[in-house]
Amino acid sequence: MNASELFALLPLVAMATGIVVVMLISAFSRTHATVSRMSAITLLITLACLPLVSSVTPIGVTPLLIVDGFGLLFCGVIVGASFSICLMAYPYWHVRDVEREEFYLLLLIATLGAMVLVLSKHMVSLLLGLEMMGISLFAMAAYNSRLKRQHLHADRQEESDRSLEAGLKYLVLSALASALLLFGMALIYLETGQLDFSRAPFSALGTTTLIFYAGTALLLTGIGFKLSLFPFHMWTPDVYEGAPAPVTSFIATISKGAIFAVALRYFVGSESLANPAVFTAVGIIAALSMLCGNWLALMQKDLKRMLAYSSIAHLGYLMIAFLALQTQSMRFAVEASSLYVITYIVTSLVAFGIVILLSSKQTGTSREISDLQLYQGLFWRHPVLATALSIAMLSLAGIPLTLGFVGKFYLLSAGAEAGLWWLLAALIAGSAIGLYYYLRVITALFTTGASKEAQWEPGPLYASSSAILLVLTINLIVFGTFPQPLLESVQLLTTTLAESTSFTASAQ
Amino acid sequence: MILVSLILLLFAGGIVAWLAEYLNPKLPRWVALASLGVALLLLAQMGPQFSIDTTEARAGQTWDLIFIAPWIPRFGIQFIFAADSLSYLMLLLTVVLGIIALISGWNEIKQRTGFFYFNVMWVLAGVVGIFTSMDMFLFFFFWEVMLIPMYFIIAIWGHENRSYAAIKFFIFTQVSGLLMLLAIIVMAILQARLTGTLSFNYFEWLQIANQGLIDPEISRYLMFGFFVAFVVKLPSFPFHTWLPDAHTQAPTPGSVILAGILLKTGAYGLLRFVLPLFPEASMEFAPIAMGLGAISIIYGASMAFAQEDVKRLIAYSSISHMGFVTLAAFAASTVALQGAVMTMLSHGLSSAALFAMAGAIQHRLHSRNFSDMGGLWQSAPRFGACMLFFCLAALGLPGLANFVGEFLVLLGSFEANPALVSIAALGMIAAPVYALMVMQKIFHGKPKPGTELADLDGRESGMLAVLIVLTVYLGFFPQGVLSLLEPLLNTTSQLALVATGTSL
Repeated sequence: MNASELFALLPLVAMATGIVVVMLISAFSRTHATVSRMSAITLLITLACLPLVSSVTPIGVTPLLIVDGFGLLFCGVIVGASFSICLMAYPYWHVRDVEREEFYLLLLIATLGAMVLVLSKHMVSLLLGLEMMGISLFAMAAYNSRLKRQHLHADRQEESDRSLEAGLKYLVLSALASALLLFGMALIYLETGQLDFSRAPFSALGTTTLIFYAGTALLLTGIGFKLSLFPFHMWTPDVYEGAPAPVTSFIATISKGAIFAVALRYFVGSESLANPAVFTAVGIIAALSMLCGNWLALMQKDLKRMLAYSSIAHLGYLMIAFLALQTQSMRFAVEASSLYVITYIVTSLVAFGIVILLSSKQTGTSREISDLQLYQGLFWRHPVLATALSIAMLSLAGIPLTLGFVGKFYLLSAGAEAGLWWLLAALIAGSAIGLYYYLRVITALFTTGASKEAQWEPGPLYASSSAILLVLTINLIVFGTFPQPLLESVQLLTTTLAESTSFTASAQ
Repeated sequence: MILVSLILLLFAGGIVAWLAEYLNPKLPRWVALASLGVALLLLAQMGPQFSIDTTEARAGQTWDLIFIAPWIPRFGIQFIFAADSLSYLMLLLTVVLGIIALISGWNEIKQRTGFFYFNVMWVLAGVVGIFTSMDMFLFFFFWEVMLIPMYFIIAIWGHENRSYAAIKFFIFTQVSGLLMLLAIIVMAILQARLTGTLSFNYFEWLQIANQGLIDPEISRYLMFGFFVAFVVKLPSFPFHTWLPDAHTQAPTPGSVILAGILLKTGAYGLLRFVLPLFPEASMEFAPIAMGLGAISIIYGASMAFAQEDVKRLIAYSSISHMGFVTLAAFAASTVALQGAVMTMLSHGLSSAALFAMAGAIQHRLHSRNFSDMGGLWQSAPRFGACMLFFCLAALGLPGLANFVGEFLVLLGSFEANPALVSIAALGMIAAPVYALMVMQKIFHGKPKPGTELADLDGRESGMLAVLIVLTVYLGFFPQGVLSLLEPLLNTTSQLALVATGTSL
């Protein structure tokens, strides 16, 4: 390992150092504010390292990792999202009677895992990153079960039980998914003799054997679980609903984004999608995810649960760009899917951010504010928060003026360019269903005669959490209307993935 | 630049109106009125460029006030604003009816006035954008942006079943819009494959279309994508079901804007995009499209007859009248197209007036149901007279604008499809039945004890007087508008004629 390779690891090193510091602080001087601030600073420093490192990219570091524009772009998104969650979570934990400090530690470790994932080009680093993130997430999802039991109000008791349930469900199903993934890797290794993503492309395989199909199927199943694609989505609504809102937002944004990024890298390198059977299977999964996700979201009464089903649909949409990878327009497909992930992450952060902020009630007599009934008439009491949530909903629905529209425009273009007409039809049908429940939220926000139950007051809004939410919301609008700078940088950073992998593939 | 400032003026007017609420809840409507007044002045200033003399002098060069600026260079998307005589007439209609809509709801909106006028102004800005943007992405952008404020107008200030109506309206328009977006994207990709550069520029697309470079098979699908979006907005049978709900539930200014302006965006799209970009595919499709138009005419009229709700009745009559536009658009004749535009203008005026009066009745009697009315002429003679005038206009009384439009449509389309046009002409018989029924049920008969209608006040009389003058003027002197449109519509119908010639 030479100096520039070591330098390329700077973001990971900065992050790991920060984790150690935060751990020491929470051991020796436990205060919520210090730990939270230190975590935020760690994330900021890591974020600042990314542009520095971009001078040496693309560079392979050990056989395990590759630091290229694509990876750095996703690292940036992940760290930025983690920073936002860190700030927004502060008031949420402040009113809850738990050991708050370790949450930030877990958050940072999970973020580090996600970074490793998006930089990995090898099965081993994939698994390392995946488990580092996954294991932190079990603990995080069950975090509210640590609410101190004495003098606990019934509502909080329920919140605590659900959190435990969410943690356990996530543990069991995530472990199952990892096991399947691991077995799939083993079968693929048996077939190709390679663990590096791009060393054994599908085109180099002489004949496609049953082992290849079995391995790829298991791999897809594992990834499908983690991305909550139909029919592997069953865990999603319960975990989304039960986990504390900041953790839900992590699972919805960073976890899915990172896993999608690594899947993208693997499928670009291995060219498995060139196999018609694999292609068809992914296509069916995608179409069913769009339709079922949207369909199941229709009648949900809980915002977090609704967003869970909507995320199934959105990942289904994303698969359109994913399937376009193995066509002429591969470079555009990479760009489109990266952009869509980014728009989805920013939008979800705003949506969940509102839930987090509203759930930071001082009184402690009620659980999280995620029942849609509680949102009735919010606009007339808190116009700014309600406007932000409306914008997030419109962005999820893909209405112009918002970032979500730019993402949808990209998907439609990528799909049209690749000629995936049936999937585009499913997308349009899915969006039609989807509109209904997004509009239902907006309608609730603007209801004029709100019920008595909805006449609650949120706790005081902390400057830092409100500020980050405001910044994210403004980005939704500004980049939704003038996307050019965003598109240019995504295009620039993602071309490296398309080029570097096709280069290594052809060199083999 | 003047078009951009027009759009920005309306957007800014909306924001100022919203903020003005914090000073005084009565201020926003004045802000909105003032900015629409300025918009009218701007349009008047543009007037000379679109007079008959200048159009003739420019001979063929029909576009004016072109504004181009880069927007998203990654996809070759630009801000392109331009106007021709069709756009100009539509802009005039938009601003005039915008003012009418404000006046019609002057005292109706008492709650959250700032946000209401913000939404009204943004709808109008979106519509102005639709009528002037010549970049297809930009066009789609405005097409969708206009939806959100309209959704809020219905969902917040509407009547008893408002959220259902608002969501239905939004889903219908948005989904059909997505089909159009897909068609736009595919067209742009085709354009890129042919010329090497990605562009959403309408003028460049026209060139490709005129050279016949688009594969006829693909062209059919693309035409269909655009067609569905526009026909849903128009609306034509069988995509009309959102309209009666949306119109009935919307507050008075919302209904006026919906019927008077928003429906015209669909008709405008057919004339501006579907025909010129896909002449051959359109002509192949013409029998079906004209059939839908004829069905809409008869179906709308007979459904209108069966209604017990004033606003619902007027809504169904709109479907019937817009059927004439669909019929004419695909007839490949200049006269029919002139009739279509004339119908758009006259239906805009008359339906705005009818909805304003229906709203006024509801405001006074708190009911839209015929069973709660009857014999109201005694208490409100002026009201009755105005209603009679616009009912006569709607049924196509010669001498009023609607007659000119529908007559030209039937005259021009007859050659293209005699059978369908004969059926459509039956609509001219059905219209008097429902229009006179409105008069009879509301104003004639025995007065119900206890129901008295306050007569029109000065504000309402003035507003209706303007609409009456315009309707009579266009009815007696339609030639000005017709010659203004002739060069433009000639080119469109020529394209279609050439297309039928080749496809035969």
